[in-house]
Amino acid sequence: MNADKVLDAKGLACPMPIVRTKKAIEELQTGQILEVQSTDKGSKNDLTGWANSTGHQLLENREENGIYTFWIKKK
Amino acid sequence: MSEETKQSSLTKMTPHELTQIVAGHEELFVLDVRNETEFNDWKIEGENIEIINIPYFDLLDGIDPALDRIPDHKRLLVVCAKEGSSQYIGEQIAETGRENIYYLEGGMKLWSEHLEPVKVGELQSGGEIYQFVRMGKGCLSYMVLSEDEAVVIDTARLIQPYIDIAKKHNVQIKHVLDTHLHADHISGGRDLSQAAGASYWLPPKDADEVTYPYNQLVENEDLLIGNGKVKVHPIYSPGHTIGSTSFLIDDQYLLTGDILFIASIGRPDLAGKAEDWVSDLRNSLYELYGNLPEQLVVLPAHFGQVTELDDQGKVSAKLGDLFSHNPGLNMADEIEFRKTVTENLPPQPNAYQEIRQTNMGRINPDEEQQREMEMGPNRCAVHDK
Repeated sequence: MNADKVLDAKGLACPMPIVRTKKAIEELQTGQILEVQSTDKGSKNDLTGWANSTGHQLLENREENGIYTFWIKKK
Repeated sequence: MSEETKQSSLTKMTPHELTQIVAGHEELFVLDVRNETEFNDWKIEGENIEIINIPYFDLLDGIDPALDRIPDHKRLLVVCAKEGSSQYIGEQIAETGRENIYYLEGGMKLWSEHLEPVKVGELQSGGEIYQFVRMGKGCLSYMVLSEDEAVVIDTARLIQPYIDIAKKHNVQIKHVLDTHLHADHISGGRDLSQAAGASYWLPPKDADEVTYPYNQLVENEDLLIGNGKVKVHPIYSPGHTIGSTSFLIDDQYLLTGDILFIASIGRPDLAGKAEDWVSDLRNSLYELYGNLPEQLVVLPAHFGQVTELDDQGKVSAKLGDLFSHNPGLNMADEIEFRKTVTENLPPQPNAYQEIRQTNMGRINPDEEQQREMEMGPNRCAVHDK
């Protein structure tokens, strides 16, 4: 999936992946896509919850070799 | 207090300290900042504990939504899954000048694993018995000490607390026993027996599929500690599993495993055989236990609610009292009993199939996976919700 911006949050522990994600998405325009890479297992549930409560759309997520990748579309 | 100290007034609370608060029925206000799913599945409980859930990611724009809901006068504990987010949010709350703000060391992960040793009592043949309370998960395990020897029953996954107590009392752990093949937590029995050079014992009927060597617990074949003074007497009591075995210790304490709890009874479905084992369960409870002396002190392998803890933070009751008060021991009607233990049961413990496989030695998850598998309440009783 083509992202407008990629956020490398690998190695960061909770809450930093979401804190950084929030910051990164603020710098995007509506409809643009942010790709987030994280190694924190809790990211999946928390990013889903955060997207639900903020209205941004979690388009897809993938796990490969312990790296979680998320694509989020800014509302 | 200077402005500076006020600003850094976020304090760490250890699982031990939280255990003291829960056991002492002290007041505490908890702000749980995990996501809603995790919170709804499992949370800190206590008689005087008030708890709210606001996920930390809903507080990134500011903590006002939380401040509005936190009472001023109470001690506040912020908790999350591991620790990081509770510190992040806790610091911001502390910066507003509020006092008595704590975060939970190690978060719910450490809370789920923490063991608190509590002395249950003395043995008439000389020695003492300790209960290890795993407050976060409701698991109970035991160490019986006499002279320079000890036996450990239903060991939790992390074994250091048993080793510490053994060292402190200068005893050698001689035997490690499991009342049954557990489905709610990973047994530390094998690890402890290896670390301590002890022998490991299991009921053979639960051990059909285990992949490692063990000693067979056989009814009436007593294990002895304290140079032969203290008897650990196995009683075959099937029902939660087909091999479930109780232990009568020092003719005084009855370790009931997952057959009989203080406020409930064991469920027969976690090994997939609910219908088959209902009559075994009923027989073990009503006939077998029904014929034992009423003054025996029942020590179960679980509690369901913190209200089952007494003032010293331990869980125990006289067998006779349980026959008067425990709903599971007061169902005269067999059909009602069958319905209660097979229908409308609470959800199964988290990852219970994988936990059983791990306890059989058939799968070997790494430590992080084992920790994840054990998250959440034990749910081994029929009345747990």
